[in-house]
Amino acid sequence: MVFRDPWEQVLTSLGSNVQGTMPLLTQQIEADYDQYSLVASLDNVRNFSTILKAIHFQDHATCFATRNGIKVTVEKAKCVQANAFIQAGIFQEFMVHEESVTFRINLTVLLDCLSIFGSSPMPGTLTALRMCYQGYGYPLMLFLEEGGVVTVCKINTQEPEETLDFDFCSTNVINKIILQSEGLREAFSELDMTSEVLQITMSPDKPYFRLSTFGNAGSSHLDYPKDSDLMEAFHCNQTQINRYKISLLKPSTKALVLSCKVSIRTDNRGFLSLQYMIRNEDGQISFVEYYCCPDEVPESES
Amino acid sequence: MRCLVTGGNVKVLGKAVHSLSRIGDELYLELLHDGLSLRTVNSSRSAYACFLFAPLFFQQYQVAPPNQDPVRCKILMKSFLSVFRSLVTLERTVEKCCISLNGRSSRLVVQLHCKYGVRKIHNLSFQDCESLQAVFDPASCPHVLRAPARVLGEAVLPFPPALAEVTLGVGRGHRVILRSYQEEEADSDIRAMVTEMSIGKEDFQQLQAQEGVAITFCLKEFRGLLSFAESANLSLSMHFDTPGRPAIFTVEDTLLDGHFVLATLSEPDPQSQDLGSLQPCRPQPPLQAHSTPHLDDFTNDDIDSYMIAMETTVGSEGSRAPPLLSPGPQPSCSPGPNSEEDEAEPSTVPGTPPPKKFRSLFFGSILAPAHSPQGPSPVLAEDSEGEG
Repeated sequence: MVFRDPWEQVLTSLGSNVQGTMPLLTQQIEADYDQYSLVASLDNVRNFSTILKAIHFQDHATCFATRNGIKVTVEKAKCVQANAFIQAGIFQEFMVHEESVTFRINLTVLLDCLSIFGSSPMPGTLTALRMCYQGYGYPLMLFLEEGGVVTVCKINTQEPEETLDFDFCSTNVINKIILQSEGLREAFSELDMTSEVLQITMSPDKPYFRLSTFGNAGSSHLDYPKDSDLMEAFHCNQTQINRYKISLLKPSTKALVLSCKVSIRTDNRGFLSLQYMIRNEDGQISFVEYYCCPDEVPESES
Repeated sequence: MRCLVTGGNVKVLGKAVHSLSRIGDELYLELLHDGLSLRTVNSSRSAYACFLFAPLFFQQYQVAPPNQDPVRCKILMKSFLSVFRSLVTLERTVEKCCISLNGRSSRLVVQLHCKYGVRKIHNLSFQDCESLQAVFDPASCPHVLRAPARVLGEAVLPFPPALAEVTLGVGRGHRVILRSYQEEEADSDIRAMVTEMSIGKEDFQQLQAQEGVAITFCLKEFRGLLSFAESANLSLSMHFDTPGRPAIFTVEDTLLDGHFVLATLSEPDPQSQDLGSLQPCRPQPPLQAHSTPHLDDFTNDDIDSYMIAMETTVGSEGSRAPPLLSPGPQPSCSPGPNSEEDEAEPSTVPGTPPPKKFRSLFFGSILAPAHSPQGPSPVLAEDSEGEG
């Protein structure tokens, strides 16, 4: 039997299985896989929503799904781009029926829907999610279920926009540092926002790794020695001093707070890549990546 | 100059900066031979605070040689506070704090040496300044209360965070009473509740005040000092005189001392104080005072035109003064009539000029002994009878 109308579908399954918990969501739709170009379900919606929150600094995001998982991209001012990678393995079920599926969506609305049962649920209760997308022009359908209650959300999708290509290539990377996120968290939360830029110094010599701000009250520097216990890896080949707009980097604090490790890389053009490793509640790992253009060529001094 | 603070003392220093930041926007930093002094005064000059950290507080304390002027500078409170913003991380990660003055670049340099070898360097711009000095003498205050900060901290805990002023007084049986201070014209919703805490004299290490004395001062600044004193596990002394004269709050131990001087709400009729103190019955401040203020206000206004005064509100306030005011009747003792009175009050005092004033510490104290006319008393009596 094939249900055309998802509403009807859910109502029917509710009628037949009021007690339904997880099986309720998994049972339905099975018949009509072919109809969808993307079907994904997972037992704990927070494994998905948490990662999205880490890149939520603009209202709109572009979703790009392949067999391997979903990449969600957010951009601002053509200068910064954040990508969240949610591998297929995070989902209990993940099917992409085309080579790739791309759509643009209001991320704020998507996150609101994903936390429709509350963003901090009581311990022991999980919200399950099934997400279906029929293809170009169709809305993204979310079926959320907690304790036998099902919410269906339809979010209109938009024309996908071309995303920026930062052309950040690992062969061009000059300096690379991997830090335990703990060491950066405080630094980022206390950044002097009266400073227009955050200056990042990476060098094989002192001060090795330095974050500087130049605000109304004066300047601040934060130095990390290369032999610090926070430093997981230190591969710096030449001294680079680059400035980045602090307003563009500040949003990455969201990802930093969730992450356990962060890799900081700069390439030969001074472009910055921040990769955050985020461990979810089930111990699986996802990645969030930020790219940022340098602000200007810094003067030789300072 | 260079001073080095280590271990737990970094947090003590940070805590002191936090409590100072509740008062002023600028911090006066001075390296004296008897220690590092941090001072501030609020913009209306009704509150002043200073901490002095003895050289022993520091692991290293280098000042200018005795023949030179002490190093002093003025910096924005906000920028200094940002160095010590998170007390939790300060406690958890900071091992050393080094404060030095870089004359060449005109920067005050604060270096924090943290766990894992991380080093934070703040180069703060500063201004040269004169020494900030308030004139006050705790010894001249007839009334002294001293109690562990914890006791007072717990006593102010129930007060709503938005409460501006609190009245401290000594009631019957030498119980010390803290009461939320209500402004006459304030929203009736807020006025609907009066919070009063009463502390037995046995909780005080020193209690030198007659029954019936009371002063009203700003709670925010007081809380700042309290939270410092609580974290350092110190006792807090309160020295005060008649309403309108500044109250002096002090903490002290071998390595540091702190003084907060706060203006108190001026008493519309200081002379009636004696009467008030004779009358051991505990004040019911908000109840009584309503009717009296307007007559006194004229005198207050005259005086105030000579000084820098902070008018925290516009509007009629029966003003503090509760117990002290009423010469005769005691109806104030019964808490009952509260609501009735509130209703009655508007008609009693229509369009009264703002009587509630904090005097400047620096000028007010000189002019404080303003003598108000005895006029108000009869009015008071009438009203009181009416209530009763």
